[in-house]
Amino acid sequence: MGSTRQAYGEALAYFGRQNKNIVVLDADVAKATKTEIFKKEFPDRFFDMGIAEADMIGTAAGLATCGKTVFASSFAIFAVGRAFEQIRNSVAYPNLNVKVAATHSGISVGEDGATHQAIEDIALMRAVPNIKIIVPCDQYETKWAVKTAIETDGPFYIRLGRCDVPDVYSETESFTFGKGKTLVEGNDITIVATGMMVSRAVDAANALKNEGISARVIDMHTIKPIDEDILVKAATETKKIFTVEEHNILGGLGGAACEVVAEKCPTKVIRIGVNDEFGQSGKAEELLKLYGLDVDGIVGKVKENL
Amino acid sequence: MYTNEELQKIATFVRRDIVEQVYNAKSGHPGGALSCTDILTALYFNVMNLDPKNPTWEDRDRFILSKGHSSPALYSVLARRGFYDVGSIKSFRKTGSVFQGHPALGKVPGVDMTNGSLGQGFSIANGMALAAKLDNKKYNVYVMLGDGELEEGQNWEAAMTAAHYKLNNVIAIVDNNGLQIDGKITEVKSPEPIADKFRAFGFNVYEIDGHNFDEIMEAFNRAKNSIDTPNVIIAKTTKGKGISFMEDNIGWHGKAPNDEEYNKALSELGGGNYGVN
Ligand SMILES: Cc1ncc(C[n+]2csc(CCOP(=O)(O)OP(=O)(O)O)c2C)c(N)n1
Ligand SMILES: [Mg+2]
Repeated sequence: MGSTRQAYGEALAYFGRQNKNIVVLDADVAKATKTEIFKKEFPDRFFDMGIAEADMIGTAAGLATCGKTVFASSFAIFAVGRAFEQIRNSVAYPNLNVKVAATHSGISVGEDGATHQAIEDIALMRAVPNIKIIVPCDQYETKWAVKTAIETDGPFYIRLGRCDVPDVYSETESFTFGKGKTLVEGNDITIVATGMMVSRAVDAANALKNEGISARVIDMHTIKPIDEDILVKAATETKKIFTVEEHNILGGLGGAACEVVAEKCPTKVIRIGVNDEFGQSGKAEELLKLYGLDVDGIVGKVKENL
Repeated sequence: MYTNEELQKIATFVRRDIVEQVYNAKSGHPGGALSCTDILTALYFNVMNLDPKNPTWEDRDRFILSKGHSSPALYSVLARRGFYDVGSIKSFRKTGSVFQGHPALGKVPGVDMTNGSLGQGFSIANGMALAAKLDNKKYNVYVMLGDGELEEGQNWEAAMTAAHYKLNNVIAIVDNNGLQIDGKITEVKSPEPIADKFRAFGFNVYEIDGHNFDEIMEAFNRAKNSIDTPNVIIAKTTKGKGISFMEDNIGWHGKAPNDEEYNKALSELGGGNYGVN
């Protein structure tokens, strides 16, 4: 149990010890994004850019042209939303080594409400050439995501969350960039989930099993490049695909899965996510339930669409 | 070091190259390229520490053309300084060319950053300057801003950053030609008083005539010796400088000359034995 943002801060410090080339920028939310953990250990390689996300991304780009591996963090809505065009033109187009690692994605931000709940960030980042996207589901996958971003040249978007999430994996688990992981075998339907929805998808599959429905569960940690093979296999071997994400149903995991399946192996895809509406204030768990992103919501949606 | 007369001669070649590129491409932005030509010439020939044979040399001074639409000036100066053959810039803006409408990193030797979206170059310069501090390197970072470009708020975020982190190795230049696309900067949405703004942000401010090589060189020499303060050179310039019908005329911000205008422009510029040097 733990938040992916906490794991992110710890991973930065961990890899920062081995790699002196890592520089971290934040925009006055270091306590919340947990980049503060890195800052405490490496104050010389941490720069607070103040409440200036566009400037932060530009500065990151400049550092990267001089050989630095730069992590730039804020809340997802500000990092990606405010600074979208800076990411697009100053980072992605010149293909620089800037890793935008944003926390507080999705409605599980909770009480701060819709202004702080990014439900469009995956769609925005997915549409930009050169950017690779990882949405980790727990602390172990987060550490791997940070490692992968460091070891892989070019821009990354790592989408992290605010609240604590259960461990899906353990310390020894291994992951492959661009390859989804089948967590539960099943042959009636497939649930493809990403981020904090992965553990819920596993719980939903267990609940469905009790009702005689065999659901395969895939953890799609890499959103771009998306694992086409695992989707085509699911489309071939099971009757329907359900995507689950804490993001608008437009342009995120659901959109990516539809694009692949429609082109390579037409199969019905049902997208579970935020239904093209804004979030609101409330406790994370209550909001997730309200928006149908709790286990019951997923189970219900699957049964409705069998 | 080049004498003022030599710089003047090179600048004339650069101006001719600008006209050639825009004429060949049948598109591009001559006005702002001509206004920053003298400063770019001084920078690349007398000020910056660089090696045309090793364009990615780690210790080199960096230059960012934040007003990326003035790319024909940069492409010409780099060619004239020996980074590549002058003839190659004929492909400017043509399909498949490395000479993109706006500078792109990794395509043209000597181009230190991708630009074109106004307002982003200053932050990038700060990033390069911070990298110099982290690596104990002595290089300076020069960034050329448009005066209209200063209406972009990110410049002022970056100005705060430069002062806060004491980036004495940042030397910004404002090409103060007084014009943007929709009209005079003071009429569109005035960024004035520019010098006072930068002073208030904690900069060393140098106000010069951007077409006078003595003043240009003196400003750069002083800026290079800053102890812990970032620098801005506010260079009064004339948009379209050197071509009578383009001077101070918003119509020539982003337009290519026709045959007649092209011939007139070249004959006005003169320069004698022009061509591949
Ligand atoms: C963010 C952004 N908005 C708009 C433009 C379109 N544009 C290109 S040049 C220009 C005017 C620039 O004026 P100024 O900065 O004064 O440059 P100069 O006069 O030196 O050409 C504009 C608005 C752009 N390139 N980037
Ligand atoms: Mg101007």
